[in-house]
Amino acid sequence: MTTVEFDVAPQKPWRLGNKQIAANILVLIGSVLVTPLILKVTPLSGKLGGALVLFTLVTTSNVILSVIRQGIKTISTAIAASLIYVATALVLLPLGSILFTVIMKGKDSIKLNTFTHDMRVTQPDAPFTEGGALHAILGTGSLVLIATLICVPIGILTALYLTEIKGRFEGLVRFLVQAMAGVPSIVAGLFIYSVLIVTLGAKYSAYVGALALSILMLPTVARTSEEVLKLIPRDLREAGTALGATQWRTVAMVVVPAARSGLLTSVILGIARVAGETAPLILTILGNTATNLNPFQGPISALPLYTFTLMKTGLDVAITRAWGGALILLTLVLILFISARLLSGKKR
Amino acid sequence: MATTPATEYTGVVPQAREITTKPRLSDKVFRIVVTSGGFFSLIVLGLIALFLTIRGIPVFHQMGFKFVTGFDWNAGDPEAGVPATLGIGAMLIGTLVISFIGLILALPIAVGTALFLTYYCPEVIKRPLTILVDLMAAIPSVIYGLWGFFILMPHAVYWAKLIHKYLGFIPIFKMQAPVYERSPFIAGIVVGIMIIPIITAVSREVFSQVPLDRVQAAYALGGTKWTMIKAVVLPFGASGVAGGAMLALGRAMGETVAIYLVLNLYFIPNFHILFSSGGNVASLIVSRFGEAGQFELRGLMAAGLVLFIVTLLVNFLSDFIVKRAARTGQQ
Repeated sequence: MTTVEFDVAPQKPWRLGNKQIAANILVLIGSVLVTPLILKVTPLSGKLGGALVLFTLVTTSNVILSVIRQGIKTISTAIAASLIYVATALVLLPLGSILFTVIMKGKDSIKLNTFTHDMRVTQPDAPFTEGGALHAILGTGSLVLIATLICVPIGILTALYLTEIKGRFEGLVRFLVQAMAGVPSIVAGLFIYSVLIVTLGAKYSAYVGALALSILMLPTVARTSEEVLKLIPRDLREAGTALGATQWRTVAMVVVPAARSGLLTSVILGIARVAGETAPLILTILGNTATNLNPFQGPISALPLYTFTLMKTGLDVAITRAWGGALILLTLVLILFISARLLSGKKR
Repeated sequence: MATTPATEYTGVVPQAREITTKPRLSDKVFRIVVTSGGFFSLIVLGLIALFLTIRGIPVFHQMGFKFVTGFDWNAGDPEAGVPATLGIGAMLIGTLVISFIGLILALPIAVGTALFLTYYCPEVIKRPLTILVDLMAAIPSVIYGLWGFFILMPHAVYWAKLIHKYLGFIPIFKMQAPVYERSPFIAGIVVGIMIIPIITAVSREVFSQVPLDRVQAAYALGGTKWTMIKAVVLPFGASGVAGGAMLALGRAMGETVAIYLVLNLYFIPNFHILFSSGGNVASLIVSRFGEAGQFELRGLMAAGLVLFIVTLLVNFLSDFIVKRAARTGQQ
């Protein structure tokens, strides 16, 4: 990697000055404070009305400020800025709402027994102090474990093909991995169902589900691993070769160990990608109310499927249980996501 | 890399190795293993197409092209001698309708957010905000479905009523009956939210590659931030954004559980997007799977094959657009 050294850092003309940031914040706070007053005076009401008033206020003040500062021609600039702020707010709003509701609605059903009991003898609408999600947690665990065991070797081999061998088919393989990433999850489930259960006569079980998840996990692992391996400096490979190592030794003793934490990140991202998948599991593991630790025999449950099934019952208590399942699932995905971030952030 | 401490040199000079460019046996094995690993994805994709085709053949044979264009999904009754009629036309149309609603809603929002992240937001909050948007992509679809049904639906119904009241003269906003729940509109919003992070990530990537000198030139010519974006950033990023949008479209078409939970599946093509009736191929598979008989199951496999082919085509197109974008961007 070559880096160009600048004596003077290149100017980023779009960067906001402190004054501008302060002005923006003041405009926003002012508008938030004035909005309830306007809502009282005018017939507009409700959240939608409030949002509309707020937007109009912010935009008008921005336009006025902008015109004072830079002249009449900057009206479009101010309006565009407002719209772009709104777009960002529209992204953060559902995200905040999802995180908030999952936590608020899910926490009621999370008790200690949620992690120690399954639903074998419990009706979905029994009180929360009975039964639990142990079977689903263990089910997700075994699914993810098997899928990881399948995907990590194949995914890293694919990445090694793309970065180390760079054969004639490099473009084709990269393209195929891309195409595989686009396979809808339901199709992956349907495929595994038609091969293993219909054709080969397998029964609903954890390994069947894990195979379906592997199809979805493989492209994620392969693509992130490729990115990571690309970052390993060429010098290391050349040094290995110069010391007389064969390509195999260089890759195994130098390149892969150097990329260790990055490869771990790719595996975590792969797990995060499939831990929440529901559709393929409906067709491959069937669901279960009892804990089943044998991955080769008998249907199992998993957190997403547990959530999905309980929600479909339509009973109030069961739906709260479903939110609880969603909360556990979300926590799991968040932990994976954050640890992947920390791992990849440490290197920089 | 850590350096190993120098050890005492023992004095034995190893014999010079034969210098050759021929790969050793270990390398040959290594290359074969890695190459076969690399082709695993080809095998899987091929097998998916093969098996779904084999399973679906009887259905294609019996229904012919009507499988794709027909609107009837009737499993028939083998004992009473009623033949099955399977057609996924309504489901395909529904899938397209929902995906396009999602795309139309998500595209401006995602591009706006990408612009915000690249050009508007203070450096301090840039990284946390980027992480938050990426986090949206990691939220499982069943949670989107749960949230969409219980939290979004009441709001969306209210919005739908407003739209119908003020824009009802536009054909797609007409209503056959005042049932607003579980409409393609709501499913479209949910899918739109789900694909926002995909489009944002791709757009942000392209926008960050806009050459700094062009941006500076635009400012030097007296442009403001918005005129600079209009003149430099958007033209430069357009095809990249289009590629990201296609990628998101492929994702939207394959989305299953979130749509299944918020949509009222009905076997009549419905273009009145606010009305509680819609179609979706992936949801059809989930909803019919449990109770399907032999022939209907084959029909579901065939539906899966159609979905597979459609999403594959969309993804190819996306790949093509992005590649072309990368080429033109370098000029």
